[in-house]
Amino acid sequence: MNEILADIERWRSAGQRIAVARIVDIEGSGPRDPGAAMAVNNLGEVAGSVSGGCVEGAVVLEALELLEGQRDAGITSFGFSDDEAFSVGLTCGGTIHLFIEELNW
Amino acid sequence: MSSIYESYRDALQAEEPVVLATVIEGKNVGSKLLVFGNENIEGSLGSSELDRVVSRDALGMLEAGTSEVRHYGVDGEARQDDLSVFIETHSRSPQMIIFGAVDFTRALAAQSKLLGFRVTVCDAREVFVTRRRFPMADELVVDWPDRLLERIGGDLGQRDAVCVLTHDAKFDVPALLSSLATSVGYLGAMGSRLTHEKRVDRLRSEGVTEEQLSRIMSPLGLDIGGRTPEETAVSIVAEIIAIRTGRAAPRLSETTGHIH
Repeated sequence: MNEILADIERWRSAGQRIAVARIVDIEGSGPRDPGAAMAVNNLGEVAGSVSGGCVEGAVVLEALELLEGQRDAGITSFGFSDDEAFSVGLTCGGTIHLFIEELNW
Repeated sequence: MSSIYESYRDALQAEEPVVLATVIEGKNVGSKLLVFGNENIEGSLGSSELDRVVSRDALGMLEAGTSEVRHYGVDGEARQDDLSVFIETHSRSPQMIIFGAVDFTRALAAQSKLLGFRVTVCDAREVFVTRRRFPMADELVVDWPDRLLERIGGDLGQRDAVCVLTHDAKFDVPALLSSLATSVGYLGAMGSRLTHEKRVDRLRSEGVTEEQLSRIMSPLGLDIGGRTPEETAVSIVAEIIAIRTGRAAPRLSETTGHIH
């Protein structure tokens, strides 16, 4: 969270709405530990990361849905994806569980 | 009055120990409890009993430096699963204490900063302990190792490291004796195998037990063939990581199993 505070503060002072996604649990192999966080503002700008680039695109979509009221705060999980399926997931074989919420607390 | 986020932000920026607990499943998803290192709290997860139990767990996890999901009943009952709470800890930075202001110290201090350590360089010889030589160190101390550890040794824990780089018995022995009296997680001493044999003899004659001797990593570092101070620093921090994670440190390409 520390490394994305500067961006969050800039967005807050510009009056933007912000969603934060944090890794809360990992099964098997995963590149970042619980607590790793990324933030997305209502313009789609991004700070931080929660994997090695495997799931960030999908997290941005979830975050924007949250800010647009199309989903509630809650847990979103990404598991293994193989190359043929073209689905979003971690190529390293693990599963990460993210908690996504608006920064309104 | 500041929001929970603002208090959390301020604690992170001031590098004060803090824990953020968030309900992620169950009743009141998103509710927050902020627990400070001094046991003060802000916010609530919905029940004062739950807050009390989570605060206690949070402080324990802060000590260990772990972040994870825990499950509770609505009033904090153990072995129930009404609520999932993500407990995110922010401990103070781990400490690297380097005894001996030698050439290797500069490289080890820089490498330790990369890994997020708070670095202290200590040597009794004032001419060597200068800001010009160690601009990256958080603290420079001109004193004897045992006197520094008398002051700060009680704060050292499993995540911290002490490296004795002086390889001169009259500095090393008191530094190692007082380091062994702390709970520091990594204790390394530089020197050839011959230097270490002599050092071990002196430590034994000071009453150090075999069990205590096994805590001292010497020669320190992994066997990667490093020669320069920079290469040696990589081998030392690699050993510190391997000891923390309990890994044997072979090549990943020659092993199987999970890499994280």
